[in-house]
Amino acid sequence: MDFICNLPLFMIIASLFTAALCLLLKRKAAYMVHSFLMVFLIVSDALVLYYTFWNGHFTYKMGEFPAPWGNEIRAGVLECLVLLVFLIVMLCSVAGGYRYLIWEIDESKHNLYCALLNLSAAAVCALVFTNDIFTGYVFLEILTLASCGLMIATEIGRIVLAGVRYMIMNLLGSSLFLLGVVLLYGITGHLLMVPLHDALAVISGDPSMMLTVTFAIGVLTIGLAIKSGLFPFYFWMPDTYGWSTPTTASFMSSVVSKAYIFLLIKVYWRVVGIELMDRMPIHLIMLTLGIAGVILGSVSAIRTNDVNRMVAYSSAAQIGYIFMSMGIGGRAGYIAAIFHLLGHSVTKSLLFLVTPRLEEVSSNSMVFKDLQGSGLRDRASGLFFTICSLSMVGVPVFAGFSSKFLILLAGWERESNAVFSVIIIALAVSTALNALYFLRTVIRIYSHPEGEEGESAPRHKPEYLIPAWVLVAVNIFLGLFPAIATSLLDSGFSMLF
Amino acid sequence: MLSTLLHNYQEAVAIVLFAIGFATLLFQRNLIRKLIGMNNMDAGLFLFLTSLGYIDGRKAPILEGTKTVTDAYINPVPSGLVLTGIVVSVSVTAVMLALTVRLYKRYHTLDMDEIYAMTLKEREERF
Repeated sequence: MDFICNLPLFMIIASLFTAALCLLLKRKAAYMVHSFLMVFLIVSDALVLYYTFWNGHFTYKMGEFPAPWGNEIRAGVLECLVLLVFLIVMLCSVAGGYRYLIWEIDESKHNLYCALLNLSAAAVCALVFTNDIFTGYVFLEILTLASCGLMIATEIGRIVLAGVRYMIMNLLGSSLFLLGVVLLYGITGHLLMVPLHDALAVISGDPSMMLTVTFAIGVLTIGLAIKSGLFPFYFWMPDTYGWSTPTTASFMSSVVSKAYIFLLIKVYWRVVGIELMDRMPIHLIMLTLGIAGVILGSVSAIRTNDVNRMVAYSSAAQIGYIFMSMGIGGRAGYIAAIFHLLGHSVTKSLLFLVTPRLEEVSSNSMVFKDLQGSGLRDRASGLFFTICSLSMVGVPVFAGFSSKFLILLAGWERESNAVFSVIIIALAVSTALNALYFLRTVIRIYSHPEGEEGESAPRHKPEYLIPAWVLVAVNIFLGLFPAIATSLLDSGFSMLF
Repeated sequence: MLSTLLHNYQEAVAIVLFAIGFATLLFQRNLIRKLIGMNNMDAGLFLFLTSLGYIDGRKAPILEGTKTVTDAYINPVPSGLVLTGIVVSVSVTAVMLALTVRLYKRYHTLDMDEIYAMTLKEREERF
């Protein structure tokens, strides 16, 4: 076995170790350790991606115990590509929101914040790489606890309440996930994904067992849907994202909720198998809830008067797109889902970093009418906000267009005419709604304010500009060359077995 | 139907416990009750897992002397999973209790709705 095959495990262990190390350090040293860790993770992940691209996927057996007994890590092109985007987004959100971290978090708490960041990095790596669903559950809980800690770091009264609500919803979700795992274990006697898949393939031949299998997978799906914020479980989102510090909001909306969805996709493909999925009604339910989420998330975003909450509600709509695309099913549907997941991840993280800058030059107000002219006072942030808005709406050149196009193609390929027309209508309506609230904001931030001019922005530091441009570059790359990403994703999906 | 339920009474009880805990966590307004519900729900799941691995008439999987025959012991995997689950549940409870203490110190109540109303008032005063 090549040395590179050890890297995924090293990544998880290094993150856990540095999380403990950060507790002993002071603020600057802790952030240095965190940044070094992130660079190490990104480089290792890129190496593993390169390796798996040329040599195919590999499975790493912990302690050399063979399947069905040992615990395993599995890396393929799909896992590495998704993780690479997650890690880049995470690094960018910490760097881009650093200014607010210094302001909003108590001086003595920065090392704890870094420890939690490293812990979440470990959990994200483990969730993406694991080949065992119970390990998936454990790291799911670690990610939930760590992200709740990141959220309440600012210690405003309201954010603690939002944290409690977030935890309650997430605990319901995790328990349902665990119930699904326990039922699957009860039916098959396995926890590793490959033996579980083989056992399910045999069992599903018996029609009387199909009900139990469908129930187990259904419960597991609802659990992860609650955690990632699919309609109708999205009401915790606005408080959670709208009130936490920009780094946390950006990290949680673009990495944490997406990591849950990625785990769900892995369970569908590697445990259930896509042929068996097609025999269950789960895809249809996801499609329906996805469409409802897309429309209602946007409607909620239009009704709110607060720009932070608008961005948060638009996350609910975007999660709806991902589930809608998964509901279409088939390889095309899932490729579109992951493409949208990546595109939305880079866009939404930047939006959460940019919005507070615009508020800062508008007397720290989040209300729409106060934002008037903020794009003129802070030109860089105005430009970033416009780019993200265009991507969210789905204007060509940006990632949002390519992913919506891929969803349409997948629907055309997979669905009957009636369902396809529903998908087209949903996409059209939601694009119109997106355009309504995002472009309304863009026009608002570029129109001259009445009366006196507000304060103009301080000079931006490179620690904000560089991450923002990196996120914009990834966004435009995904928008201009979707074929590269989709062909990588396609080879990743072929490696899933 | 009834005989199956009676035969698998441990699993049936476990699922009832899970349901009670789930409903308590979701619908109670008092934070401490919510936490009790959460622990109830986890206990239900752990009971389910333990009963899956238990085989009548066998012993705990701890090697005693030379007795290495596998038929003498119950399945150790579910017990291991339950132990892991308990660790997770304990840490989650600890974090939730810490948050509850934080909220109580600030708002002097454990009722989620009342706390929510107070945070709304705080917000209005801020702007």
